[in-house]
Order: sequence, then structure tokens, then C-alpha cells
Amino acid sequence: MSSTAILSVTGLSKAFGGLLAVNQISFDVHRGEIVGLIGPNGSGKTTLLNLISGALAPTQGSVRLRRRELTGLPPHRIARAGISRSFQLVRVLPSLTALENVMVGATFGPDAVWGAEAAAIARALLERVGLGGRENAMPEAMTYIDQKRIELARALAADPQVLLLDEWLAGLNPTELRIGIALIESLHAEGRTILMVEHVMDAIRSLCDRCVVMNAGSKLAEGSPEQVLSNHEVIAAYLGDDHA
Amino acid sequence: MIFPMQRREVIAVVASTAALALLAGLPLADDGFWLALAISIASYVAMATAWALFSGPTNYVSLATAAFFGSGAYVVSALAETAPWPVVLVAAALVGALLALATGLATLRLSGVYFVIFSFGLAELIRQLVTYYQTQVTGSVGRYIFVTISASEIYWQLLGLCAIALFTGWAIQRSRLGFALRVIGDDETVAAHSGIDTARVKVLLFCISGALIALVGAVMAPRFTYIEPQIAYNPMVSFQVVIMALLGGSKRLWGPLVGVIPFVLLHEWIAGRFPNHTHLLLGMVFLLVVYFVPQGVSGWLEKAWRRIRGESA
Ligand SMILES: Nc1ncnc2c1ncn2[C@@H]1O[C@H](COP(=O)(O)OP(=O)(O)OP(=O)(O)O)[C@@H](O)[C@H]1O
Ligand SMILES: [Mg+2]
Repeated sequence: MSSTAILSVTGLSKAFGGLLAVNQISFDVHRGEIVGLIGPNGSGKTTLLNLISGALAPTQGSVRLRRRELTGLPPHRIARAGISRSFQLVRVLPSLTALENVMVGATFGPDAVWGAEAAAIARALLERVGLGGRENAMPEAMTYIDQKRIELARALAADPQVLLLDEWLAGLNPTELRIGIALIESLHAEGRTILMVEHVMDAIRSLCDRCVVMNAGSKLAEGSPEQVLSNHEVIAAYLGDDHA
Repeated sequence: MIFPMQRREVIAVVASTAALALLAGLPLADDGFWLALAISIASYVAMATAWALFSGPTNYVSLATAAFFGSGAYVVSALAETAPWPVVLVAAALVGALLALATGLATLRLSGVYFVIFSFGLAELIRQLVTYYQTQVTGSVGRYIFVTISASEIYWQLLGLCAIALFTGWAIQRSRLGFALRVIGDDETVAAHSGIDTARVKVLLFCISGALIALVGAVMAPRFTYIEPQIAYNPMVSFQVVIMALLGGSKRLWGPLVGVIPFVLLHEWIAGRFPNHTHLLLGMVFLLVVYFVPQGVSGWLEKAWRRIRGESA
């Protein structure tokens, strides 16, 4: 299967002083796959995404995008290589309109699209995430889910080879959650490759082809959602040892 | 939207060209007090506009203005007798840009307050270095500048620099660079993760700003006749440029312009009436303005303008 691996993480580690936040993690993400990255709070999921997106430099190990070595590159180089992300705490650009927010992804991403063409891409994506007609709205005046939609559209505007989502579905109410899951499902259907950190079990079950489970920085399990979610060690990690 | 030229932009270009032509006629009317005042205003408009090109969008408060200004002036003292004037100007701009490049590479990774202090230290450091060089190598601290340029010619060159600074700012705003700057100003993490090389953008902008300020220093140098480090690298220049730009509002291209004019006029008036308390009074005026008009005069004017249009519409 390694021939179709788009993203390969090998022996990746990150130490914060004495704390090993990410410990020798290895896994592949294949083309067109949605891989869930799950684990209890503080298990190192965001840190792992930060290592892939270049926000942090790894202490050890490597990240490759189709054989291209990305380890240690600054985030702007990694973004231009084709990896886009959303942030656990949503980050919109407050002084830019919704449309301009999304244009940022197209303008500075791998294709470096500028002007009317970038605006057209952004308009289509706003429509796609359910914000059609809101082009000139300012993000501050928008609801939390709409801000998350903007962030997703901005990441998609780069037409990334791999999309990293950090708890994109967190904080949504049940109705919004259904819309959100359908949206990610539609990205799956168009063949996007996604690595998503998620706590919402329904979303993991319905969206992910495969899951990587982390606990205290280490990889605990890997497999289909049914497999890993019935794994005793995984249940123990989530609920505490008594329940195992 | 950012790309097509809007009607208000066309009006702004036509109006500023007309204003420039009108202002260029000033030396014909008076070549004494008013010309001197106009030179002071034009030099500060060019410097404050150049300062805001960098500091406005990045929010890095630079106190390095005197370093660029002084270095531009010193290029004149070193080259003016041997090289033709245009070559001297190009050299001054290059020195300003290189100085900004070196400082930028060393410091723009620093955040806010460290950068302020470093930029201030830079001006002082260069002043000390020039003083040291002159006492050790040339044996005297000062230098005479022999350039035969009339006050009117200096004024016209400064007007040209104002136009270049404003045009540069306008061109940047319309470019990818300007778009990148707005993103960086909002959220540097998002900027980097969207593919913007934030360090490069900031250094590039600092170079443009530094080159323009060095040019002002070069053009102003003949006014001094005799320069020494204390005059060329006067830290008051750095502070005044910051005050003027903030007074006018550094987020708009024309902000510094509307900050400089009242400041220079007020400065003249206060200096004439209360020569012993000039800086104290100016400082108090500045505090009042920042307190009551935090967006700067330009922000206040824009709000007032919108209110007028809103009411009459
Ligand atoms: N910049 C940092 N400096 C020091 N420690 C950090 C840093 N970032 C994260 N950590 C620590 O690393 C560990 C893993 O944190 P991380 O944010 O990756 O967890 P997570 O799995 O994303 O958790 P959550 O589900 O709560 O988002 C935590 O103990 C955290 O305190
Ligand atoms: Mg996290």
C-alpha cells in the first residue's frame, strides 16, 4: 500500500523539556482516505498536527509528502508543498471579509492564484461550505460554525494534497454537527485526503476509513473505527483502567 | 474588493497630482519662512509615510528612523563632492535598504517591544560608530557639506519623495504583498500556515521604508552645511516621526500626511511662544490626542465623513 501513501510520518517525536508530547509515532495516509487521529485530552494530537504543518519542529523522525522530505521546513514552505490545516481554536482573519479570508488560501498556496481568479475560487468555496451570499460579511459578526466554515474554505482554497483538521466538529450543536459531517463526507466523495483529529465518536464512525489512536504521546492502536473503538486498551485509555 | 481601480482611487490620484502641482509652485511665492516651513513639513510627510508603510501593517514600532535618516545624510557628506547627485541618491537609498536588511534579518523575529528597543539602540549604535570612526580615522567629528542646491530644489525633491512614498504605499496595497501584510497584521500564524513567508515580507517592507527615509536624509543633508553625528542621528527625529504618524493614523496611507501638518505647525507655534517648554507641551498634546482620538486624525475624519454622508443620504 505504501505506493499510494501521500503523507508518511516516521518515528516522529516531540519533547517539551522533559515531557514527551509525541513519542515515536509512525503511520501513512493514503490518497483519498480520511484518517482519524483520536485519543484522550493531552495525548499529543494537536502537537502531532503541529509537527506535520511545521508549526513545531520535531525532536526526531520525519514527515514526507509523496517522498518529499518536509521535516524541519517552516510552515509557509509546507503550506506551499500542499498541506493545509484548520486550528483547534478557530482562527479567522478579523479585518478581512469572508471572501478575502478564503482568498488567502488560494493566493498564497501552492498555485499562487491572484486577483479575479482567486476571488472566483473563494466564492465557489463559500458556496460549497454553505456561506453563499455572505462574501462581504466580517467574520466577527458571524457565528462560531460559520467561522469554522470560513476556516475550512480557506484551507480548501489552497487545493491541498492533504487537509489537516483539528477538532473541526467540536463545539457544534446537533443540527450543525449533521451539516458538518455531511460537508466532510462530500470532501471525501470528491477524493480529498484528510487527517482529522476528532472527539465526536459518531463522526469518527461515519467518516473515517482508518483511525490512529494516541495515548500519552504514543501510538496505542491503528485500524478501522470499529476495530480500534472496541480495543480494550483504547477503552481503558479513554475511560480509565477500571473499565477495561 | 482589492483589484479593480475604484472611482475614489481615480479621484484620489487626480486630486493628489493637482495638489502636488500646486504645492510645487510655493517657492515662486515665498522663499523665506514659508519655504522653510514647507521643507520641514515635506520632509516629515515623506518620512512618516515611509515609516507607516512598514509599521502600520506590521504593528512593529520602529525607532530606527534616525539611523536611516542619518546614514542618508552621511552618504552625501562622503560622496557629494565626487559623484553626480543622482548617483549619491541611489547610493543613499541602497545604504538605507541594506541597513534595514541587516537589522531586519537580525531582529524581525523579535516581538513587539524588543524590536522597539533594538531599533532605538541601532540608531544610537550607528551614531557611536560614526563618531568613533571620525575621531579615530579622520580626526574630526564633524564634516562640511559642499553641495550647491537651492532651498527650492530641496523642496521639490522632497515633494517628489512624498509622491514616491505615497505611490509606493498605494502600489503595495494593491499587490499580493499588501494582501500578505493584511493577513500578517491579523494573524501571523494563519499567514505562515497559508504559505506566506512572514519574515521575508517584513524584511522587504522594512527595506523599502528604510531606503525612502535614507533618501530624505540625503536630500536634507545640504540644509545642514555642517553635519556631525549628534545632528544627523538625532533621536528626536525618530520620536517625532512616530508621534506624527500615530497622530495621523498609521493604518491609512494618507494618515501620516494629516498628522504631520498640524504637528509641525503646532511645533512652530509652541516653539515660538514657549521656547523653554516646547517638548513638554508637545508631549501633553500628543497624550491628549492619543487618548481622545486613538485611531488618529485620519480615522476620526473618516468616521466624521461617514456620519455626514449617512445623515445627508
Ligand atoms: N508548546 C508547548 N509547550 C509545552 N508543552 C506543550 C506545548 N504544547 C502542548 N504541550 C503539552 O503536550 C501535551 C499534548 O498536548 P496536545 O495539545 O498535543 O494534546 P491534544 O491531544 O491535542 O489534547 P486535546 O484533546 O485536549 O486537544 C500536553 O501535556 C500539553 O500540555
Ligand atoms: Mg488538541
